[in-house]
Amino acid sequence: MTERQTVEPLLQVRDLKTYFYSPSSVVRAVDGVTFDLREGETLGLVGESGCGKSVTALTLMRLIPNPPGRIVGGEVIFKGRDLLKLSDSEMRKVRGRDIGMIFQEPMSSLNPVLTIGRQLTEALELHMNMSKRQAMDRAGELLDMVGIPDARTRLKDYPHQMSGGQRQRVMIAIALSCNPKLLIADEATTALDVTIQAQILELMQDLTSRLGTALLIITHNLGVVARYADRVNVMYAGKIREMGSSDDIYGSPKHPYTVGLLNSVPRLDEPAKTRLAPIRGEIPNMADLPAGCAFRDRCDWAIERCGAEDPTLTEAGREHWSACWESAKVSRRPAAQKAKV
Amino acid sequence: MTTATNASTVTPVKADVTSGQPLLAVEGLKVHFPVNRGFILQRTVGHVKAVDGIGFSLKHGETLGLVGESGSGKTTAGRAILQLTKPTAGKVTFEGQELTTMKPDAIRKMRRRMGIVFQDPYGSLNPRMTAGNIVGEPLIVHRLFTSKAEYREKVAELLQVVGLSPAMANRYPHEFSGGQRQRLGVARALAARPSLIVLDEPVSALDVSIQAQVINLLQDLQEQFNLAYIFIAHDLSVVRHISDRVAVMYLGKIVEIATRDEIYKNPLHPYTKALLSAVPAPDPVLERKRERIVLKGDIPSPLNPPSGCVFHTRCPIAIDDCKGDVPPLREVGPEHWVACIRV
Ligand SMILES: Nc1ncnc2c1ncn2[C@@H]1O[C@H](COP(=O)(O)OP(=O)(O)OP(=O)(O)O)[C@@H](O)[C@H]1O
Ligand SMILES: Nc1ncnc2c1ncn2[C@@H]1O[C@H](COP(=O)(O)OP(=O)(O)OP(=O)(O)O)[C@@H](O)[C@H]1O
Ligand code: SF4
Ligand SMILES: [Mg+2]
Ligand SMILES: [Mg+2]
Repeated sequence: MTERQTVEPLLQVRDLKTYFYSPSSVVRAVDGVTFDLREGETLGLVGESGCGKSVTALTLMRLIPNPPGRIVGGEVIFKGRDLLKLSDSEMRKVRGRDIGMIFQEPMSSLNPVLTIGRQLTEALELHMNMSKRQAMDRAGELLDMVGIPDARTRLKDYPHQMSGGQRQRVMIAIALSCNPKLLIADEATTALDVTIQAQILELMQDLTSRLGTALLIITHNLGVVARYADRVNVMYAGKIREMGSSDDIYGSPKHPYTVGLLNSVPRLDEPAKTRLAPIRGEIPNMADLPAGCAFRDRCDWAIERCGAEDPTLTEAGREHWSACWESAKVSRRPAAQKAKV
Repeated sequence: MTTATNASTVTPVKADVTSGQPLLAVEGLKVHFPVNRGFILQRTVGHVKAVDGIGFSLKHGETLGLVGESGSGKTTAGRAILQLTKPTAGKVTFEGQELTTMKPDAIRKMRRRMGIVFQDPYGSLNPRMTAGNIVGEPLIVHRLFTSKAEYREKVAELLQVVGLSPAMANRYPHEFSGGQRQRLGVARALAARPSLIVLDEPVSALDVSIQAQVINLLQDLQEQFNLAYIFIAHDLSVVRHISDRVAVMYLGKIVEIATRDEIYKNPLHPYTKALLSAVPAPDPVLERKRERIVLKGDIPSPLNPPSGCVFHTRCPIAIDDCKGDVPPLREVGPEHWVACIRV
């Protein structure tokens, strides 16, 4: 394809499968997920609630609670090594040092009884062999870097003494403290107000591009990813349904689900409409998915084949893949939508 | 999405449209919550000025969008208008009657005409009540039926109006999805035939594909029943889509209020501008070109709000005078009001 291929991607995820077991059902939360993440790149992972975004991230970090969950197959090749084959102690070194993660809930991922300073220095002492003194100095620098005023005095504060936006900044500081090659941000700004959200996103973008860190942004907000991601993966019911550059995903989507998502949001950059075009039906029950394409019941393009065979990702353009039997016919134009069913 | 077909019995009483009076007029509304310290000997150490002197009016069938950051007082304002929270000061005139001085009994009767839909579709419905009784409860409270058969018929109709099957009446909330629960909340708010509904973040907890379904439903119902909405939300794209006019709140105050097109095309308050510029558009080509106003710092505590203009601590164009007097809302164009001395 391109000269890019000669460079090994930082992260190669291959046919990843993570299931949750209960006496009555199996939830195939992640069911055959494959993607690459290049050095320094920003990749978006979008999709609605319950489609498997967080489980994908937790699987990469090997943080799936077992039971009920189990990583049942696949490979996670990071810098040439399969993380799924590492011993627990080797994996602990990867976490925090090579891969930083910001979780969905900032309050639950900071320890309420430890000072901010202590939580920052912990990783520095453990992974970077710093003395207490050095670590505390560095912690002050890090808080300053994420834009917390009076950084050095705030090191003595506890999480509850900070606002939601400040806690999220602390999380970013912790995640970046050991200069990881990859930062995973799972809905890192979803709980925040728009103006604070903008501050945090600009900060993450600025820091990762300056430090050369690759960034995996997980979100259900299509707008968030459009501004920051180089490429986007669209997930639905445990699988990636479309994959491509942001320009292609937003400009010429090739999967009916992506089209549906884009059409269902009102937009400030378009003239006000009188009516929205929602995706019909409900989000499917992950424990009881239909045969064939999981999107079939909500899809305007569905044909008979969709009920029998589940399409896999196939090339729909240059570096653009879609898992849909009808992807050649799919476009954002409403006329095309009405053509079927 | 499917909408109501036959809804004769839930059609609200034709309200007095001819008089030209607004349906709702809010003047100088304040809600100050006391902050108490001490365990046994409680004393009040200050007040959270959750809502601090807001005013606006609303016509029949009109939608006012209420936006602003978390803690700016949107929910409190909505609740105070419906007298669910007692206002500290101000007047609320609804269908020609002043609510803040009314006796509890009279308020209960008035409340029939004012519905509310809560933000959280999971926490706001009683888990031990069937869907039918959740929707029908206001009918019982206000004695709006004469026989059991009529009650059942009305409940079935309400469910149909919001796109649910009457056969679902015997189910419990946990058997419904988030979008379906929000529909139940809307059906319940409609039951007593209101002329005004306060919608407190009615779609924020829903996935985008489901959000669009509920928004379309709300618009259909508004047209069908000539409902006025106060639509509280933090998603400015959704607010533009549904509102006729928009009020922007910051720390308990309305800083700008204007018609929908005016506020989006010609925002004047620096806070409104920042808020709009923070909304990401799902279009990478456009986003790469767009400059963003990124505000510095956090939202100040409402316990100890800044002097003068409450926005001056984060305002990119603030001058010394902004710390002085509180800027009043001034009319700067037709139906366009702004509270900023630099506009
Ligand atoms: N610990 C668990 N036990 C059982 N099932 C789980 C567990 N964690 C996740 N799941 C299931 O796996 C599926 C994927 O969940 P996941 O948290 O990845 O969704 P998500 O895409 O991150 O959604 P959201 O946008 O709501 O965060 C869901 O159906 C969920 O119910
Ligand atoms: N019952 C109460 N007692 C004391 N303070 C309160 C009470 N209810 C609300 N407040 C405070 O009043 C302020 C306004 O709260 P309100 O819930 O109205 O904000 P909001 O704009 O609806 O925010 P959000 O977007 O987060 O829902 C906040 O500072 C809040 O902490
Ligand atoms: S495979 Fe069929 S059902 Fe699935 S998205 Fe494509 S057209 Fe729709
Ligand atoms: Mg998640
Ligand atoms: Mg609120």
